[in-house]
Amino acid sequence: MNRTKGDEEEYWNSSKFKAFTFDDEDDELSQLKESKRAVNSLRDFVDDDDDDELERVSWSGEPVGSISWSIKETAGHSGSTHEGREQLKSRNSFSSYAQLPKPSSTYSLSSFFRGRTRPGSFQSLSDALSDTPAKSYAPELGRPKGEYRDYSNDWSPSDTVRRLRKGKVCSLERFRSLQDKLQLLEEAESMHDGNVITAVLIFLKRTLSKEILFRELEVRQVALRHLIHFLKEIGDQKLLIDLFRFLDRTEELALSHYREHLNIQDPEKRKEFLKTCISLPFSAEDSAHIQDHYTLLERQIIIEANDRHLESAGQTEIFRKHPRKASILNMPLVTTLFYSCFYHYAEAEGTFSSPINLKKTFKIPDKQYVLTALAARAKLRAWHDVDALFTTKNWLGYTKKRAPIGFHRVVEILHKNSAPVQILQEYVNLVEDVDTKLNLATKFKCHDVVIDTCRDLKDRQQLLAYRSKVDKGSAEEEKIDAILSSLQIRWKN
Amino acid sequence: MAAHLSYGRVNLNVLREAVRRELREFLDKCAGSKAIVWDEYLTGPFGLIAQYSLLKEHEVEKMFTLKGSRLPAADVKNIIFFVRPRLELMDIIAENVLSEDRRGPARDFHILFVPRRSLLCEQRLKDLGVLGSFIHREEYSLDLIPFDGDLLSMESEGAFKECYLDGDQTSLYHAAKGLMTLQALYGTIPQIFGKGECARQVANMMIRMKREFTGSQNSVFPVFDNLLLLDRNVDLLTPLATQLTYEGLIDEIYGIQNSYVKLPPEKFVPKKQGDSGKELPTEAKKLQLNSAEELYAEIRDKNFNAVGSVLSKKAKIISAAFEERHNAKTVGEIKQFVSQLPHMQAARGSLANHTSIAELIKDVTTSEDFFDKLTVEQEFMSGIDTDKVNNYIEDCIAQKHPLIKVLRLVCLQSVCNSGLKQKVLDYYKREVLQTYGYEHILTLHNLEKAGLLKPQTGGRNSYPTIRKTLRLWMDDVNEQVLFPFNYCTEPHGHLLCVQWLRPAQRAAGPAAVTARLAEHRGSPSHPPRAPL
Repeated sequence: MNRTKGDEEEYWNSSKFKAFTFDDEDDELSQLKESKRAVNSLRDFVDDDDDDELERVSWSGEPVGSISWSIKETAGHSGSTHEGREQLKSRNSFSSYAQLPKPSSTYSLSSFFRGRTRPGSFQSLSDALSDTPAKSYAPELGRPKGEYRDYSNDWSPSDTVRRLRKGKVCSLERFRSLQDKLQLLEEAESMHDGNVITAVLIFLKRTLSKEILFRELEVRQVALRHLIHFLKEIGDQKLLIDLFRFLDRTEELALSHYREHLNIQDPEKRKEFLKTCISLPFSAEDSAHIQDHYTLLERQIIIEANDRHLESAGQTEIFRKHPRKASILNMPLVTTLFYSCFYHYAEAEGTFSSPINLKKTFKIPDKQYVLTALAARAKLRAWHDVDALFTTKNWLGYTKKRAPIGFHRVVEILHKNSAPVQILQEYVNLVEDVDTKLNLATKFKCHDVVIDTCRDLKDRQQLLAYRSKVDKGSAEEEKIDAILSSLQIRWKN
Repeated sequence: MAAHLSYGRVNLNVLREAVRRELREFLDKCAGSKAIVWDEYLTGPFGLIAQYSLLKEHEVEKMFTLKGSRLPAADVKNIIFFVRPRLELMDIIAENVLSEDRRGPARDFHILFVPRRSLLCEQRLKDLGVLGSFIHREEYSLDLIPFDGDLLSMESEGAFKECYLDGDQTSLYHAAKGLMTLQALYGTIPQIFGKGECARQVANMMIRMKREFTGSQNSVFPVFDNLLLLDRNVDLLTPLATQLTYEGLIDEIYGIQNSYVKLPPEKFVPKKQGDSGKELPTEAKKLQLNSAEELYAEIRDKNFNAVGSVLSKKAKIISAAFEERHNAKTVGEIKQFVSQLPHMQAARGSLANHTSIAELIKDVTTSEDFFDKLTVEQEFMSGIDTDKVNNYIEDCIAQKHPLIKVLRLVCLQSVCNSGLKQKVLDYYKREVLQTYGYEHILTLHNLEKAGLLKPQTGGRNSYPTIRKTLRLWMDDVNEQVLFPFNYCTEPHGHLLCVQWLRPAQRAAGPAAVTARLAEHRGSPSHPPRAPL
């Protein structure tokens, strides 16, 4: 924009065409306009500085006078209701977008710049009030001559694309033949400017039949990706799915359909929607996951209805003592398992809400199951259940403790749920690796385990060191002293 | 003036001043009093180039954040929206404008699109019936924002996702445009090197743009010798590993945004006697981090383990300096001491802040879990057990650690193994879906599409070879020495640059590295470009 300062600008600013600027002369150069202007401005930048070495800083560290600080300061409180916006959104976005009436000449970028001409638009009132009805709204419009040239049909696709890129007036309507349109697209593609590619694609989408558009895009990957992105953006799910089907991108098609479930709030409807996803062409593993997703939600709906009823009836002890914090709907599988271990642990395998049933239905691995059950029962301080979880009987009827997750993990989970020392001790003792055992015992203050282990290791030094850590005159101290003075032990140090 | 920008070899204040000037010019176009309605996201980047005072000088009286329904009342002539070109924002703007029109006296509306106008957005405004209400619709290309004396950023967080997931390469166009601006200010850069597909495209666009302005000769003497373009996709490893420099850890733990970090306030309460800690501030402490702060400039890139000793050394120097006052006997000496006071006090404040931050970080880095995580990362990067299900990752999932942490580790393993064995991949997927929700099928697919997670194909793991040939990993690094490459866990990033720059300086083609890397990414390599 070769804006010569002074009277010329003043004229434009004071006239009714105040928004006009000249820019045709340096059409080629406008890309560098900002840079050039910058270079010109270098001379005087040193002296007109406004932010300063002595920056004041508010407590939050935000420099006083910074932009985000001053928004807070100047804006105050503005009560904004969200509903209005949601309404507007739902009115204008997604499917309705494509169906909105277009002006007669349909898509022409030049029509962007003609100001308030839409009949029946909301501004009619303010139009009437406005004292400058002839305002132009085209800041970068070029002089009138440029306008004529716009319709002179002598611009090549590459000229057109270049103009588009600079955000200038440009009609695409004159490109009528398929060949012209494709050339336009290729020009746009070669610039990698998504803005322009999308503009051309909107034009093509409107003026070409779906079949031709898809066919041509199939060999133009860059444009194709932009179209997919654009369709996702405006929420044209239908065309998107048609496109994937045409391209034979079955998996993408399936995923794109599946993604829709996130927009469905009602659980029943979501469930029904997920059901339609099962038969989609996912890969084998994904297919199984989708099936599980559906089954899980189906379960959750049943459990939720049942438990909400139980809870409000107030007859069931567990719900009275531990009211539910949130609904179980749409929670992950492991969370659901935790929930069922918490509220429905003892239930028979036949019920939908029993943990064993969940484990079988979703083939939850042993490890995962034990971890979750342990966490849930420990939280309830149901130490019997914890005990039962790790007790196995062999064929001779001897009981043995086994943990698929390793006893060190068991101890940590128990500790996190503040299990009493006696319980902790029992499991610390089951840890096989001696060093780990000693570490855990020390960390969780299981004195007996530490003392016994040191004795078994015949490690006099460590025992001595530990003596200083226990309380004076406590039973532990006595025990240590007894061992230290014992003559039966052959200390290794 | 932002003094720290002129410390480097290139004075970046020139660029900052150029973008400020452009902002002023836009504001002056809208004559009269103004209110700015901000797309909140933009306040961060704009904060780096302008203060409220600049806006105020140009008659900006009120500022609001963009929100639905009506605008707060403001008695101004112009209302200017500063927004990113996003469809959802257009809906909000339309709502604002429509409710304002009903309210009464006509205002002048304007839109400033950052970084550029979008035809799609204007179409949306038109469909909503408000496009005609705007007098000025312009763009403000804040492409490269000066961050530090030697650092510019586009602050375009979504660029990788846009390029590799959405297939939208507009951010490359902006990169090229930003570089053109840079060249207009600092002279044409004589040599361009690049690696990766996106780098090639940026270079191509630059050449094209250059060709379009053959008329204008750039007479500025070139300040930059070389331009090195690197496609993030060439090295997916670096961003997956935990950063271990001081600045990196601040970012990992608290997140640095537009050079600001928000920290828990407790550690920053000045210790005073009297008020016995009654009023604990609840608002997060916000600090700006850049090289304007002498101490920060010194420690930001150091491995965290080396930071402590620097801080204590500084503490000694400062207290010694304060002790000087006892030696000041004559009036002249006292005067000299007093003149140094402001500087000393600033240094003390800075030291106090960084000591507090270092304490906060240390709480994390000394935790068992942090250590375990680091151990696993380092095992993966040195190629140990990358083909099995990892116990630690399994544990993290079982304990429901943040999903992002789990995914970072899984992807790291995938990259270090040139893809995971199908069995291992399926196992992780299943665990993640069961623990975090089935809808993450979409997340996992996106990771696969971006190449961060993939099944191993061809049954050959090329990572160990690359690691050895390019010497990406160094054992026995002394953390306290100057160039702790791998301890910064920028193994690829740094070394790649070093390997690349060396041949570049010799003005020879880095063909050898290119060839070696070609095997890595399988992307076509290309020779350095001729001077533009």
